[in-house]
Amino acid sequence: MVTSITIDPMLPQPYLVREVSKETPDTFTLRLDPENGARDSAFRPGQFSMLWVFGVGELPISISGDPALSNRLIYTVRSVGQATHSLVNQKVGSGVGVRGPFGTGWPVEAARGRDVILVAGGIGLAPLRPVIYQVLQNRKDYGRLVILYGGRSPRDLLYRKELAKWARIPETQVLVTVDYGGIGWHGHVGVVTTLFKYSRLHPARSVAMVCGPEIMMRFVVRDLEAVGLSHDDIYLSMERNMKCAVGFCGHCQYGPHFICKDGPVFRYEQVRPLLEKYEL
Amino acid sequence: METLERIIGEHPFFAGLDAGFLSLMVSCASNVRFTAGTYILKEGDAANTFYLVREGKVALELLAPPHKPIIVSTISIGEILGWSWLMEPYRWKFSARAVDDVRAIALDARCLRTKCEENHDLGYEVLKRFAGIVEQRLDATRLQLLDVYAVRR
Repeated sequence: MVTSITIDPMLPQPYLVREVSKETPDTFTLRLDPENGARDSAFRPGQFSMLWVFGVGELPISISGDPALSNRLIYTVRSVGQATHSLVNQKVGSGVGVRGPFGTGWPVEAARGRDVILVAGGIGLAPLRPVIYQVLQNRKDYGRLVILYGGRSPRDLLYRKELAKWARIPETQVLVTVDYGGIGWHGHVGVVTTLFKYSRLHPARSVAMVCGPEIMMRFVVRDLEAVGLSHDDIYLSMERNMKCAVGFCGHCQYGPHFICKDGPVFRYEQVRPLLEKYEL
Repeated sequence: METLERIIGEHPFFAGLDAGFLSLMVSCASNVRFTAGTYILKEGDAANTFYLVREGKVALELLAPPHKPIIVSTISIGEILGWSWLMEPYRWKFSARAVDDVRAIALDARCLRTKCEENHDLGYEVLKRFAGIVEQRLDATRLQLLDVYAVRR
């Protein structure tokens, strides 16, 4: 059961860093536990939190952990600037403020009975990982699970052990590709869309959830349409500069939508005209 | 026992091909195997064969001395390997290495080039199908060149 936010959504709640693990040279996964130990940290797959690094700033970060574990929050963060660098360098035991969870989630419940196609690029696998956990925990309620994941290079791939584990589960297909592969890489080389031809999709009974750089998602959607998926069955996670996370400040306005409140997950049909606009 | 006719006839690349053309294709085809690590074709060599990959994965490599070769893409089950045989000077632009053990159908490109010259309807069919592959790979290469997962500062 997901609880609604009953406290002031602008007030960060105290959490403690319990674990920091390195995923790639610049990407880390943090586990945060409520400081008082009792707070329910329930969330829906696809939602995000605002993480407050004291003295540095606040960041919107997608929750990448298991929704069934409501006593902790897991985030996978790429260190690309001062605030993210500071966040991933937090010591175990240090405090971080958490607001949220915010936003819409992936349509995991609505996808029951159908095949689930997840297409992730780069760190876009992190917001989709909770979907994978939820589908696998309720395996009989879903059809095939197809995970198509593209990364920059082998050393930039997230969750490699889990990918290998998921690939061994019946009715689950995991295909991974990289843009640049060295001689030691035995997997696919090419963009994520090149995996479609190996993925044995059944468009009429599938729901696709896509997360990655916007340009990648545009290419993916084009190819999903080409294999026969309906616009209504394609969902994207959009990203803009989020500040308040509750639709007050307007920083993340995207056409008629606020990404923080109306998104970040949108049905493709909702954002299709916006994806083709310059500088939006 | 699978026949070459059936394998080639059921492959999407040859879908809808006139039965007469299909038998011309089959007359230029043979089954081949490559063990992991072996080179199927090498950059600069004469391009006189192309392949329909049935099993395994092939890495397309570009020589980059003094560094190790760069893998530009991989080709796997159901895909076509090689189109340099279509255009003069009929030399491979990349090397292709079997990443795993590979089973494929080899098509004798010299034989097919001759048949395409003799029969332009066949030539047009072949060219249309290869143009589709070239377009898909050009699209994929453009996206790959954008380096979309790199950090933008």
